[in-house]
Order: sequence, then C-alpha cells, then structure tokens
Amino acid sequence: MSKVIKVLGTGCPKCKTMVSVVQDVISQHNIDASIEKVEDIMEIMKFNVMTTPALVIDDVITIKGRVPSKDEVLTLLN
Amino acid sequence: MFDWLQNFADWLIYSVFNVSAETHLGVALNFFIYDTIKILILLFFIVFVMGIVNAYFPIERLKDYLNKKKLYGLEYFFSSIFGAITPFCSCSSVPLFIGFVQGGIPLGVTFSFLITSPLVNEVAIAMFIGMFGIKATLIYAVSGILLGTIGGWILGKFNLEHLLSEWVKNILARKMEQAVYKEEQLTFYQRIPEITQSAWAIVKGVLVYVIIGIAIGAAMHGYVPENFFNDYLGGGEWWTVPLAVIVAVPMYANAAGIVPVIQVFVAKGVPLGTAIAFMMATVGLSIPEATLLKKVMSLKLIAIFFGVVTVAIIISGFLFNILL
Repeated sequence: MSKVIKVLGTGCPKCKTMVSVVQDVISQHNIDASIEKVEDIMEIMKFNVMTTPALVIDDVITIKGRVPSKDEVLTLLN
Repeated sequence: MFDWLQNFADWLIYSVFNVSAETHLGVALNFFIYDTIKILILLFFIVFVMGIVNAYFPIERLKDYLNKKKLYGLEYFFSSIFGAITPFCSCSSVPLFIGFVQGGIPLGVTFSFLITSPLVNEVAIAMFIGMFGIKATLIYAVSGILLGTIGGWILGKFNLEHLLSEWVKNILARKMEQAVYKEEQLTFYQRIPEITQSAWAIVKGVLVYVIIGIAIGAAMHGYVPENFFNDYLGGGEWWTVPLAVIVAVPMYANAAGIVPVIQVFVAKGVPLGTAIAFMMATVGLSIPEATLLKKVMSLKLIAIFFGVVTVAIIISGFLFNILL
C-alpha cells in the first residue's frame, strides 16, 4: 500500500532539507509513497507539534524538530 | 587563547602580503583576517554545543512542568531561559508559541519565551564573545533573559488573550488530541553526525553576513577616527539610547552581521550600554517577526508586545550605561 508522507514546516531551510532527504530516499529505493509539504501553520498545529520540521508517515509523527539522515528515513519507511 | 591566530594574521598581512602595519589598509586587513577566522571557530563551537543541548532538551516535559506546577512567578524566568536555549528560527517560534498557549501556559509566560528566543541566540552569543569578550557577553545574555522575564510578566498583567487571532482562540477552546507520536530512539553517537551537520549548515548560512559585517567593521576600524562618535554624535548624551533603540526596531540585521559593526561603534566612543540596547532592538524585534506573529495575533497585540519590549530595552540601555 502506498504510504502517505507529510513534511510539516513553515518553509524554513531545515524543512526544505527534510523534503529533499525524503524525496531522495523514495526515488533511490523505489518506495511507493506520496510526499505532501504542509506549510500552513494552521494545518501544522493540527498535529500538535511544537518543533518543525516534523515528519509524519501514515498519520504517525516520527520525527520532530530535526532533519533525519537518509538511513533513518529508510528505516522509518520500511 | 587566540594568540596563534593573531600571529598568523600578522604574518599573513605584514609578511606575505607585505602590507605595512603602519597603514590603515594593513590594520584593516589584519583585523578582518583575525576576526573572521576567530568568529567562525567560536560560531561553530557554540552552535555545536547548543545543538547537543537542544537534542536532549525535554520541551514537552518543560511544557507540562510550567503548566502543572505553581511556581510563584518563576515560570516567567524558566520560559525566558527556554527561549534563550532554543535556537532561534522564526519558523519554529510560532508553533512553539501556539503549543505553549494550547498546553494551558498563560500568555504572559509564553511571551517571556517569545521575547528571549530571538534576543539571546547562539549566533549572537558567539559573535558577542568574539567581539566583546566573555564579560560583556554575560551581561548581554543575563539581561536578555531578565528582559524576557519582566517583559512577559508585564504583558501577562494586561490580560491580552482576547487579542489572539480567531483560529488560535478556536484551537484553545477545544482540547486537541495529541497526534500519534512514535518517539525515535537514537543514541548519542548516532546523533553526533546530524548535530555536526546542522551546526555546519547554520555557520554556512550566516557566513556571508559574518564576512560582510566584519569587512564593514574592519574598514571603519581603520578609517574612522578615534572618538568619532563622541565628537560628532554626542556619544554619551541620554537621548542616544532611545534614538538607537527606535532606529533599530524595524531594522532586521542578522546578529552575525550587526555585532562587528557595533564593536567598532564602541571602539570609537559609543557607550557599551547604548550599543547593547541597539543590538537587542535589532535582533529582538523586527518586521519579519511581526509578519509571522500576524498569523497568531491581532495587530493591536503585536503593537502592545513591541511597545512593551521597546520600552524595556530602552530602560535597560540606561541601566547598562549607569552600571557599566
């Protein structure tokens, strides 16, 4: 089943880095997933996170407030 | 600690480039090389250490602590310290702000965080140590934290909750469920590369401002006569403090760029207190910050917030000039 990945962040440099890390992992490993950037603060607050960027995989928040490594994202996606 | 670096700068400029130490150009170049390298080393080191602190800082627990314990006013102080510890990134200030208010923490306590967060940040601290030394840095950091504590307390007295944006009030009205969160388990050693990387990213991000700031500072250092500001701008007059602060509020200079310029002002006769007040107003309050806050507050609330902080900075400027 295709995974739904959301990157929460208001557009700061770290949030952009996170998006590109996740994109790289997905394309390198041919993972069936969609990435959605959530930049609207009101949407972000629905997840009740206080630190951005945050990574949400299938509605579970997996990372808050930091940029993960590619290996970490890969582990989280498997 | 940095003697070796001064020797290196002397050697590079006076021997290798063969520019005389007697010329303005020689002095300016020497100052530029020495300061740039020194600042970059300090910057990386401090950002790295703060990165480690932040990786382990229990934000959620602090939120619960502030919410549940009766602290008799100390909550403003804790919240202000928290603002000093978190790296300043305007993009995470707003989510933190909402997270706090939503978690039941009074608006005033949240303001303490919001005041100190940009004011005392790791880049400003590193630049201050490099340009003014440890003592001035401590004064800056301690007074920044006190300013956040007192400013938040005063704002808390005004009962301003009704001036938050509608949607924030809506969030506050209904208790929101915490989204499912699976905590990641990483060991300290697994985290080091990531912390190093983000420290590099921050240093790289401010590099250009450091270089421009130091270049302007170096040029002024070599060419602006001693006591210039005393002689021409009434360096020590009382009205220079409010003037410096009011000029600085709408300005948005990166701490990395502004400190080297301020250092020259001080070297040429502006009192340290006035300079610190100017610095606080520049980094603490800015138009981009107001724009971000617009999403969570009404204009009136932003105006009150900026007003109270501006007055507090002016008062602390006077205090510095009396005490220092």
